[in-house]
Amino acid sequence: MADNNDQSTRRDFIHVASVSAAALGAACIAWPLIDQLNPAADTLALSTTEFDVSGVQEGMSVSVVWRGKPVFVRHRTKAEIDEAAAAELSDLPDPQTDADRAPRPEILVLLGVCTHLGCVPLGQKATDPKGEWGGWFCPCHGSHYDTSGRIRKGPAPTNLVIPPYKYISDNIIKIG
Amino acid sequence: MSGPKLTNPVVRWIDHRLPVFTFLHHEMHEYPTPKNLNYWWNFGSLAGITLVIMIVTGIILSMHYTAHVDHAFQSVERIMRDVNYGWLIRYIHANGASFFFIVVYIHIFRGLYYGSYKAPRELLWMLGVVILLLMMATAFMGYVLPWGQMSFWGATVITNLFSAIPLVGESIVTLLWGGFSVDNPTLNRFFSLHYLLPFVIVGVVVLHIIALHRFGSNNPLGIDVRGEQDTISFHPYYTVKDMFGLSVFLTIMAAVVFFLPNSMGHPDNYIPANPMVTPAHIVPEWYFLPFYAILRAVPDKLLGVLAMFAAIAVLFVLPWLDRSPVRSASFRPIYKIMFWVFLLDCVALTYLGAMPAEGIYVVLSRLCTVYYFFHFIVLLPALSIIETPRSLPRSIGKPVLGGGNGIPAPAPAAAREKP
Repeated sequence: MADNNDQSTRRDFIHVASVSAAALGAACIAWPLIDQLNPAADTLALSTTEFDVSGVQEGMSVSVVWRGKPVFVRHRTKAEIDEAAAAELSDLPDPQTDADRAPRPEILVLLGVCTHLGCVPLGQKATDPKGEWGGWFCPCHGSHYDTSGRIRKGPAPTNLVIPPYKYISDNIIKIG
Repeated sequence: MSGPKLTNPVVRWIDHRLPVFTFLHHEMHEYPTPKNLNYWWNFGSLAGITLVIMIVTGIILSMHYTAHVDHAFQSVERIMRDVNYGWLIRYIHANGASFFFIVVYIHIFRGLYYGSYKAPRELLWMLGVVILLLMMATAFMGYVLPWGQMSFWGATVITNLFSAIPLVGESIVTLLWGGFSVDNPTLNRFFSLHYLLPFVIVGVVVLHIIALHRFGSNNPLGIDVRGEQDTISFHPYYTVKDMFGLSVFLTIMAAVVFFLPNSMGHPDNYIPANPMVTPAHIVPEWYFLPFYAILRAVPDKLLGVLAMFAAIAVLFVLPWLDRSPVRSASFRPIYKIMFWVFLLDCVALTYLGAMPAEGIYVVLSRLCTVYYFFHFIVLLPALSIIETPRSLPRSIGKPVLGGGNGIPAPAPAAAREKP
């Protein structure tokens, strides 16, 4: 083996080349082993839900299953809409106007999952506690949401999430 | 024979309290290994790595598999179609089972050729036979899990083997089934055991390696290591050699997984299990065929089952059947020929196991079965007496050069054992 000045040898080159090839191979086989944990094709195929909001009476709330989680569809009363619109943005931990959250004011669509640690807040049934702001109350750690689903009090950091949805006809929404 | 030079203070701190680094250095780095091992000695580490591949892919598959007669087949199809890379992981696992047996069978025949089962490695050999038995049980139960036609009828036929036991046979079969036929309880317990047994295999493999490291590897000359001049350290010499063998092995395995994934399977197993209809021609997986041929060769039910189990049991007592003091077939002129005849006999049994049990195949199966047992029970003990081995080299370090004509050949056992 020829001596050269910088002390590197052909053997060093072989070491680096073979370790690199082995690392690349390991990465190539590691990815399928990890990616199999991601949602499968049939799971992804179930990722949208359609729902007819005309069946929801004023003052009534319905829970729809979307991707295995509840989506709250609430047909709000005039009083609830007014209350939500009247809130001062400066009073809100996560400021957002009601108009931004409910493009069609009477129909509010929310992901029914507390933004604290993922419990389902109470407030869908008439007999449920609705919290101090008349919206939803999460019993796990005491988060209060208003009639727009915005966090007002408690440990949850952000408002209830609005899922992606659109009206595909006058009364049918497609969630997801 | 010094300990490792641990420079990292954290490593040294740990090693002082928990000497894992010293242990690994001792057993995987400086471990003195005969310097004349040929490529047939690659298959032990290959088998170990294949076991790891099987366990990793198996754990992943179990995340997506449903052990229920109504859902098992569909959950496997879902793995093939919907789960990300599920097809790849399942094909690695299914073909991995075949490759595991290829590797292990080569490993076993290596041991047979070079006399690796002889003193002082008898327990090492017997632990290996235990691993083979566990592998067979695991592979059989794994084949049942997809709940296709071959799964169901394979399970039915193999569990029915136990009905050959006099008096209690039927009760044992009912016990194995958890019912009156192969059904959901059978599938559930097979899944449970198929998950358990690989870890039992890992345990026996650890014992196998402990026993191996007691006296070190046998070698192609079959003579004992006489000192440091006969050995080289395991690392880097055999780690690199094993890695090279592994890359060749993985290349072949990848070629099969990607281009011929169903070549070693049976198309009938893509038909959901139907307890009302048996496929016209049922065969076990190829690695069971020799034993299946022995089973069918014997016209009596009980004796057939006994012969099949005896075909493996005889391996346990092999170290005491072959009394020749010379290990390697290189120095045993007659045994060397008979080894190849025996290998041919096993290949023939594999072929005959796949053929229908009729006409000439039955006759040939019987001949090959008789020869299988003749080899172990008559030929090997007889060779120990009548065969005159060639003279052995003086040492591994000096197989031919520098020192006369080697040590004289050990006398045949008959002459030697006279008082």
